[in-house]
Amino acid sequence: MAGAGSPNGSVPGSVPGSEATEPASRGWPLWEVFIRARRGLAHNHVGSLHAADAELAMGMARDVYTRRSEGVSIWVVPTASITASSPDEKDAFFASAADKPYRHPTFYDVPAGVKHL
Amino acid sequence: MTQLATTASVPAYVLRLADDALILAQRLGEWSAHAPELEEDVALTNIALDLLGHARMLLSYAGELLGGRTEDDLAFLRDEREFVNCQLVERPNGDFAATVARQLFFAAYQCELYAALGESADATLAAIADRAVKEVSYHRDHAVQWTLRLGDGTPESHRRMQAGVDGLWPYTSELFESDDLLLALVAAGVAVDPVALRPAWSGFLGPVLAEATLTVPETTWAPSGGRRGLHTEDFGLLLAEMQHLHRSHPGASW
Repeated sequence: MAGAGSPNGSVPGSVPGSEATEPASRGWPLWEVFIRARRGLAHNHVGSLHAADAELAMGMARDVYTRRSEGVSIWVVPTASITASSPDEKDAFFASAADKPYRHPTFYDVPAGVKHL
Repeated sequence: MTQLATTASVPAYVLRLADDALILAQRLGEWSAHAPELEEDVALTNIALDLLGHARMLLSYAGELLGGRTEDDLAFLRDEREFVNCQLVERPNGDFAATVARQLFFAAYQCELYAALGESADATLAAIADRAVKEVSYHRDHAVQWTLRLGDGTPESHRRMQAGVDGLWPYTSELFESDDLLLALVAAGVAVDPVALRPAWSGFLGPVLAEATLTVPETTWAPSGGRRGLHTEDFGLLLAEMQHLHRSHPGASW
């Protein structure tokens, strides 16, 4: 668009001196976005975005992830605050549960007439 | 004032509101795929779509009052001198800071305007304003957030934000001008008196600008004329881009 002027001119949050060559997102931390679709449900992870701070991340999450009435509540969490399990430790973490089928409630007979079970 | 005068002036007033929303939507749409960040691209075009939605409701209503003209007729088949938007909304986007300054000034004005218009004696206008004020309130918040961060950010962001404020401030005086049409409609309880909106507008902006370490320029230059169809040089280019498809292919639809 001819009228757009110099749209990439202002680069808040980026490292001083790096504006000319680096996209702004290099200076903006990543945030994970969680949305609760309606009351009574848990917040679900829906994606991530770059933002300069929590308040802006919240506004951007609203704009990017709730355009089609997807939610009634939003959480934004700095990606750096999340401690994730390592794929390398997958076996040590999760394999031992695989041969313990008795932990599933499938071996119990549900008595007839019991509601809400 | 006769009833006839009121009847004829309501569509003229609705067109002013409609054109403000339509032209600002078109300007903001220019940021599509050009914003500094993907997330901001979505935010700006969301705001543009909100405004386009308001413009469509208002244009449809104006067309109805004018007797069988459609929203498309009014948006795409009027010439430059027939548009009655204020000049602030047609100003080129400039850099992101200038766009934020324009958003701040205009959304703060529209918030006060629509809140008051919700009490209009014209039930249709009141209903449109009631619906629009929620969205415009978010637009204002978006602009405030960026004004604070750019104004009180780095020396470069401050310089650009101040330049945006300096360049656009003179165009804000037109928002609060009254004229015979407005006086008549205010008396009839249909329109909002723009002069009365100014204290609340200034009261809102003052603390925001102060916190953002921005100053208001001292100037007596107050360009005006949009409500009478007088526009700035850039407006013709905007209209050409907005209208050319419809005019090249009359009646085309998706």
